[in-house]
Amino acid sequence: MSRLKSLVPAAFSGLALSALSSSAFADAVTGAVQKQEVNVAAIVMFVGFVLITLGITYWAAKRTRSAAQFYAAGGGITGLQNGLAIAGDYMSAASFLGISGLVYTKGYDGLIYSVGFLVGWPIVMFLIAEPLRNLGKFTFADVASFRFQQAPIRVLAACGTLTVVAFYLIAQMVGAGKLIQILFGLDYWMAVVIVGALMIVYVTFGGMVATTWVQIIKAGLLLAGATFMAFMVLAHFGFSLESLFASAVEAHPKHQAIMEPGQLVSNPVGAVSLGLALMFGTAGLPHILMRFFTVANAQNARKSVFYATGFIGYFYILTFIIGFGAIALVSTNPEFLNSALLAKGKNAIEAIRGGDNMAAIHLSAAVGGEAFLGFISAVAFATILAVVSGLTLAGASAISHDLYATVLKGGKANEQDEIRASRIATVVLGIIAIYLGIAFEKANVAFMVGLAFAIAASCNFPVLLMSLIWRGMTTRGAVVGGFLGLASAVAGVVLSPTVWELVMGHPKGSAPFPYGNPALFSMTIAFVGIWLFSKLDGSARGQKDKEGFDPQFVRAETGIGAVGASSH
Amino acid sequence: MPLTAQQIEQNPKFMELVAKRRSLNWSLTVLTLIIYFGFILLIAFDPKFLGEKMGEGVMTIGMPIGLAVIVATFLIVGFYVVRANATFDVLTKQIVEESK
Repeated sequence: MSRLKSLVPAAFSGLALSALSSSAFADAVTGAVQKQEVNVAAIVMFVGFVLITLGITYWAAKRTRSAAQFYAAGGGITGLQNGLAIAGDYMSAASFLGISGLVYTKGYDGLIYSVGFLVGWPIVMFLIAEPLRNLGKFTFADVASFRFQQAPIRVLAACGTLTVVAFYLIAQMVGAGKLIQILFGLDYWMAVVIVGALMIVYVTFGGMVATTWVQIIKAGLLLAGATFMAFMVLAHFGFSLESLFASAVEAHPKHQAIMEPGQLVSNPVGAVSLGLALMFGTAGLPHILMRFFTVANAQNARKSVFYATGFIGYFYILTFIIGFGAIALVSTNPEFLNSALLAKGKNAIEAIRGGDNMAAIHLSAAVGGEAFLGFISAVAFATILAVVSGLTLAGASAISHDLYATVLKGGKANEQDEIRASRIATVVLGIIAIYLGIAFEKANVAFMVGLAFAIAASCNFPVLLMSLIWRGMTTRGAVVGGFLGLASAVAGVVLSPTVWELVMGHPKGSAPFPYGNPALFSMTIAFVGIWLFSKLDGSARGQKDKEGFDPQFVRAETGIGAVGASSH
Repeated sequence: MPLTAQQIEQNPKFMELVAKRRSLNWSLTVLTLIIYFGFILLIAFDPKFLGEKMGEGVMTIGMPIGLAVIVATFLIVGFYVVRANATFDVLTKQIVEESK
């Protein structure tokens, strides 16, 4: 604990310096989003959550001695626990507040996103989960590089991991800052610093054990809170969906149009491209893949996906009810609307206080009063905290396990040095995340989660899948194809209307790439690249890569030789 | 003396496991793709169909269809778990024993 105490102020002062280093940040703090009055109930409950999770971190820190415990919780997590933790990683603030906000503004269209996020899970189950568990140890790069030349594949996987983690982290940090500013009445930079500092403490001291338990507790609280909210909405309408929907249709300015698909998905190519990114991105998210090494064997990996799919599917049904409940109960109540915006002629949906991401938060006050509002606000904060911790651990593992221990030290790193490297990487990543969170305050970051999914689907997933199923893949094919997928995904997003026009300010209609999501094209480029450059590869190394397929295949199928749960 | 990978691949039980798993996994993957992209293409090409009312009220046919996609996803995963627990684990255990 003494190390813990000395680290926190150090992290704070370092961040305060970086925050003050630019005068732009001073404006940022006083910027657009107006702060709310301090919400005491929310702060008390959030402090309670933080104290409990710090207690868990302390307990976990005493057990985290070996690399297996730091990266994979010693393989001692059960299928049910891991299913909850995976669901927790997935039920980020973006899913909870973002999707219920999307349903609030657009109705049926919100469902399209939830379904897309959910259908990634059968793919993970049928193609990835069990072989991943049988072949790997700490990171998905263990699996992707199993029979290949270590250094090039590890560098590729680390680039894929760090890019995905960076975009995901920025989106979560900015979301955290804005949310906390509204919920708790704290300054934006202070909120970002608190999230970053707590995340550094959880991951540095508690490793995967603490990260997993923080995620499990949060998932339980979030599922309980969302269940209660949906129950109260349904109870308000006498448990009649028809009467809930009828009331929402009457309240929403689009009326009956919220009961059918709208403009979100109008172009078939764009629709398929977005669908591919959502579906296959899940199977390439490093912080999700890493969780499969925390269970004892492939059978438990299978159970984890089953429970996770159930929890996530149930959760998305709840967010749909919550979104419609907010249309019916929040947009009709002047208490939750911004009168200045209403006076400017905005409709009730547009004039919601704090923006559409606040739909679920206001609804909690509408159905459960001040105390429940405090509870949901605290859970929303906890959600961000838990998700950024998982992301940071995945990023730190790519740096310490893949880059430091395997590439730099040639696989001969001392275990304690490797753990120290990942702790240093965690602190550095945490500080960078806080810096970026503050730097990006004014930017539109909504596209970043989509970008993270597109990169995961176009770099991590093709390399991982092809290494598992195609004997003919070689090191060169994997590296060239993987980097082509990564580069084309990033280029596709930068040149898309969202970034080119909305973020970079070019005139409307000038975007060189017409679709919102590049996955259809960048995934094709990655798979064709892997295939073509493996076929053209006549090197001795390529021959060795193909010969390595049999031992890999037998271990992937049977688990013979797989890393088991470590004894404590 | 443990068997080599090539020897294990010759075990008829290993071949049976691989064949069964491959056919189940790929057919369920294709089924998932059909259900999901069927839903997406329906939205892209015929959004009005999903907006058709089911009765006198406001309820549209898109609501139960959307819910059905979510439930079907879970059922497919559940079906796989039941099949895998019943068949694959037994075969795997036998192969592991015979390979020692």
